[in-house]
Amino acid sequence: MNRTRKLGTTIVGIVLTAIMLFPLYWMINVSLTPRDKLRADPPPIFPLHPTFDGYSQVLHQQFPYLGTSLIIGLGTVLLTLVISAPAGYALALLRPAGGSVLNFILLIAQMIPGIIMAMGFYILFNKWGALDSIPGLIVADSTLAVPFGVLIFTAFMMGVPRELVQAASIDGAGAWRTFRSIVLPMSRNSMVSVSLFTFLWSWSDFLFASTLNRGGDHQPITIGIFRYIGNNTQDWNAIMATAVVASVPAAVLLVLAQRYVAAGVTAGALKD
Amino acid sequence: MNATTARRSAAVEGPSAREEAALSASSPTRAAATRRARRRQQLTAWAFLAPIAVYLVVFYAYPLYTNLDLSFRDYTLRSFISGDAEWAGLDNYRQILADKTFVTALWNTFVFTGLSLLFQYCLGLALAVFFYRRFPLSTTLRALFLVPWLLPLLVSASTWAWMLNSESGVVNAGLTAIGLDPIYWLTSPDWSLVAVLITNIWIGIPFNLVLLYAGLQSIPTELYEASSIDGAGRWRTFWSITFPLLRPVSAITLLLGLVYTLKVFDIIWVMTRGGPGDSSTTLAIWSYRLGFGGGSPQLSPAAAVANVLILIAFAFGLLYVRAQRKALNQ
Repeated sequence: MNRTRKLGTTIVGIVLTAIMLFPLYWMINVSLTPRDKLRADPPPIFPLHPTFDGYSQVLHQQFPYLGTSLIIGLGTVLLTLVISAPAGYALALLRPAGGSVLNFILLIAQMIPGIIMAMGFYILFNKWGALDSIPGLIVADSTLAVPFGVLIFTAFMMGVPRELVQAASIDGAGAWRTFRSIVLPMSRNSMVSVSLFTFLWSWSDFLFASTLNRGGDHQPITIGIFRYIGNNTQDWNAIMATAVVASVPAAVLLVLAQRYVAAGVTAGALKD
Repeated sequence: MNATTARRSAAVEGPSAREEAALSASSPTRAAATRRARRRQQLTAWAFLAPIAVYLVVFYAYPLYTNLDLSFRDYTLRSFISGDAEWAGLDNYRQILADKTFVTALWNTFVFTGLSLLFQYCLGLALAVFFYRRFPLSTTLRALFLVPWLLPLLVSASTWAWMLNSESGVVNAGLTAIGLDPIYWLTSPDWSLVAVLITNIWIGIPFNLVLLYAGLQSIPTELYEASSIDGAGRWRTFWSITFPLLRPVSAITLLLGLVYTLKVFDIIWVMTRGGPGDSSTTLAIWSYRLGFGGGSPQLSPAAAVANVLILIAFAFGLLYVRAQRKALNQ
C-alpha cells in the first residue's frame, strides 16, 4: 500500500469508529445539555452551553448506589479468585481424574441463561434469608465469572514451565507451597485479567440485582439508573450523567486491558 | 473472549492425557508404588478442586434444580412464606403452551436472535477484514471499537432509548432532516423489535470483530501471497481463501453469539419492557415479566418458560462444543 492509500484507509477507519462510538458521544452530550434544551427540536448536536447540573444530581442521589456497586464488585472479585485460582492450578498441573468432565461442565455452565439462575436463587435466597443482601448479590454475581475464571487460570497455568514445578517438588515443596510461591506469582497477569472482567460483569449486572435485591437498603448502580429512568423521564441529562459515571470502570478496564487482557486472553488463545 | 478461553480449556486435555499414558507405562515392579503415588496425587488435586466442586453443586446445580422443581409446582404468595408449594405436574407447561404469548415470544426470540447474528457477523467480519490491513492508527481504532462491548448493558440500553425517543431523539431528528417521517421506535408495535435489534447488533459487533480478527490472523500469509501471484483480486481472494479458512472460527463465533443472544434481557427490558403489547417480548423477557414484572408474581409458569429457554440454549450449546472440538482437530 502506498502512502496516500494508507492515509485514505486511516480516514475511513476514523469515520467508521466515529459512527460506532456516536452513541457514547451522544450520552456525554446529553449529560451536559441544560434541561430546557433537552426537548429542543432538533436536539443540540454540541454541548455549547454545558451544564453540570446532571452530574451534581448524580453526586447527591446516586452516590450510595455507586458505593454499593463497588463493594459488591470487589466482593465478587475476591470470591471468584478464591474459587477459581486453585481449580485452575489443579486442572492445569495436577492431572485430576475427571478433569475433562469438569471442564465440560464449566463450559456448559456459561450457557445457562441468567433468568434461570435468578429464579432459582430467588427461591433459595428466600429460604436462606439472603434476599436484599450484599453477600447474596456477591454470590449470584460470581456465577457470571467463576467458569470464565477457571478457564483463564487453567489456560495460563498450563504455561508455567513444568521443570519449575518439578524442581519445587524435588526441593520438598508440597502442592500448596508450589501453588502459593511459584504458580500464583507467575500467573499475576491472568489474575489481573480475571479480576478486571469479574469486576466489570458484577458492576454491570442488572438481572440479579433487579430480582434478588428488589427492596433492599443497599442497591447497586444499575438499579439506581433503572429507577431514575422510571421515576424521572424529564431529567435525561441526569440519567445520562449517571450512565457516564457508571461507564467509568469500563473505560479504566479498556486502558488497563491494553496491557493485561492482551497478555492474558490473547496470548496463546489461538496458538495451542 | 469466551470462545478463545473455551477453546483453550478443551486443549487442556491434550498434554495431560499424553503424560498419563507415559505414567502407566512404567515398569511393573514399581507399579504398586506408582499407584500409591497416583492416589496421593489425585487426593491433592481434588483438594484443590474441592471449592469449585462445592461451588458448582451449591450455586449452580441447586438453583437449576430449584428452578426445575418450581416449574412442576404451584408456587404462590402463600408458599413464599411457608416455603412449600403443591405439586402441579405439567400444569404450568400446559398453561404457557396454551398462552397466546408463547407463540409470539418464541417467534420474537428466533427473529431477534437470527437477525442479530446475521448483522453482527456480517458487520463484524467486514470490519475484521478492514482492520486486517494494517494502517496508521489501526490498533487504536480497533481498541476503541471494543468500548460498546465493555459498557454496562443498562448504560447502552438507556442511551439508545433516549436516542430513539420519538419526540426528542437524535435518530428521528436525523430522519426528519433528510426528509423522512419520524418513526415511533419504542412505542409502535411494528418498530419496537427493530429498535431493540439495532441496539443489540451495535453491542454485538465488537465481540464478532475480536474473534474474527483473531481468526484472520491465524490464516497463513503465504496463502495470500500465492493468491496474489496467481492474479486473484481481493474479492476472489476473500471468497476462495479467507472465508473458507475462517469457517471453524465463524462457527464458534456464531454459536457463542447465539447462546448469548438467546439470553439477552437487560436491553429489551430497559428499552421496551417487551412491549407495546407483546411486540418485543422474547422468552427471557416473558419469563421475567411473569415472575418479577409487577402484579402478582407467577413464579411457577415463569420457571416453566425459563426451562423451555434453557432447552433451546443447551441444544445449541452442544452444537457449539462439537464445532469447537472440530476446530481444534484441524
